[in-house]
Amino acid sequence: MSTQHVALTVNGEAREADVEPRFLLVHLLRDVFGLTGTHIGCDTSNCGACTVHVDGESVKSCTMLAVQADGAEIRTIEGMADGAALHPLQQAFWDQHGLQCGFCTPGMIMQAAWLLDQNPTPSEHEIREGISGNLCRCTGYVNIVKAIQQASGQLETGESAPVEAAETIEAAPAS
Amino acid sequence: MIPAPFDYVRPADLDEALRILTEREGEAKLLAGGYSLIPLLKLRLAQPGLLVDLRDVAGLDGILWTDDSLRIGGRVTHRRIRDDEGIAARMAVFHDAAGLIGDPQVRNRGTIGGSCAHADPSSDWPAVLCATRATIVCRSAAGSRSVAARQFFLGTFQTAIEPTEVLVEIAVPLPKGRAGSAYRKLERRAGDFATVGVAVQLRLGDDGRIAEAGVGLTAVGEAPFAATDAEAALTGAEPGEAAFQAAGEAAAAQSDPADDSHGPADYKRAMVAEMTVRALRAAAERSTTPQGGPQ
Repeated sequence: MSTQHVALTVNGEAREADVEPRFLLVHLLRDVFGLTGTHIGCDTSNCGACTVHVDGESVKSCTMLAVQADGAEIRTIEGMADGAALHPLQQAFWDQHGLQCGFCTPGMIMQAAWLLDQNPTPSEHEIREGISGNLCRCTGYVNIVKAIQQASGQLETGESAPVEAAETIEAAPAS
Repeated sequence: MIPAPFDYVRPADLDEALRILTEREGEAKLLAGGYSLIPLLKLRLAQPGLLVDLRDVAGLDGILWTDDSLRIGGRVTHRRIRDDEGIAARMAVFHDAAGLIGDPQVRNRGTIGGSCAHADPSSDWPAVLCATRATIVCRSAAGSRSVAARQFFLGTFQTAIEPTEVLVEIAVPLPKGRAGSAYRKLERRAGDFATVGVAVQLRLGDDGRIAEAGVGLTAVGEAPFAATDAEAALTGAEPGEAAFQAAGEAAAAQSDPADDSHGPADYKRAMVAEMTVRALRAAAERSTTPQGGPQ
């Protein structure tokens, strides 16, 4: 099967590869470029774990061919932090305990980043609607929503949910 | 999941795309956003020999208004339709439906033309196009033709489009005078395909009665269709609960849903009646504004 040459920018860096047309963008990122922060979850465009930005739009990279991204600017979770300094969304997921197993987190953060690009101060409803294409099976979403609220400046950084939860447990009588 | 091998081309313009479709008739599939086609390729339910990517083809992504029609290019994404203020104000049924398709990432990539050409029997656009009596403009190397939406959706994944044609545009006639429209969708989870979807448009006459009604249903037949019995029940009636309930019952009677994981057929029929009533209430409320937009 013949291959096609693709040239694209990933997290500000020019990258090239020769790929079969059937090769998916998520495999190009993970298996060719070694950017394994983008996860493959359902592989059926439901779960959103593979969400990346293509020319500023959030997309599910398991449902895009690598050849469709020829010439595009891609941003992945690896492109979010500035050196050792976490991106405000990464910091907020940390502060608010917006993850448990962490599998959905890269996609969740990329989708949240796109949402905040579109709408810098979304309501809770708009946040929930904005991440409706990203599934988390651990958290119940409450702390994810809080993290996005924190990153959008709508929640004090110190208002940490895990601390409140810990206090509640300590206050409970021993059984 | 990896698709079976295929060739891939990116024609520079529509003429080149049409020439390729003619030369490789029956072997080529068009690719726009890919959110309908790529899942089928991955499941190997579709194994075309050639994908023709419309990405570089100009002239397919306009949202244009003429005196009597709204014209939406085939490659316009669901998201652009959702965000278009003119559409929200004047053709609210498109605004409603666009916001209920898939999820934000799907709406960023998926296109109205791709969705219609794919013709999933549970997809949202076909019901909207049936209700608004839209036409679908198909272009081949031989020229253009317009197909009424009500004649376009033939069956499950089957349409009137020919393998040598590109779906270039959707033309929606604008109702004159007081009018309103709405889409209401019942889904099990956010982003699911519809269990039941109902699109309606009402145009009121000078006497305040319903002069013309359009009702399109999705997910309750082999293909989306116009609930003509419901339209007949509405035409000439006062817009209100009595007419809406009668239309809901007529729509339910005309639907032919299948028992599946979304629910048994009798449940779906009951939901057709309810969602039809809800859509009609919303459309009637919107018809009190001069341009038929949301309040």
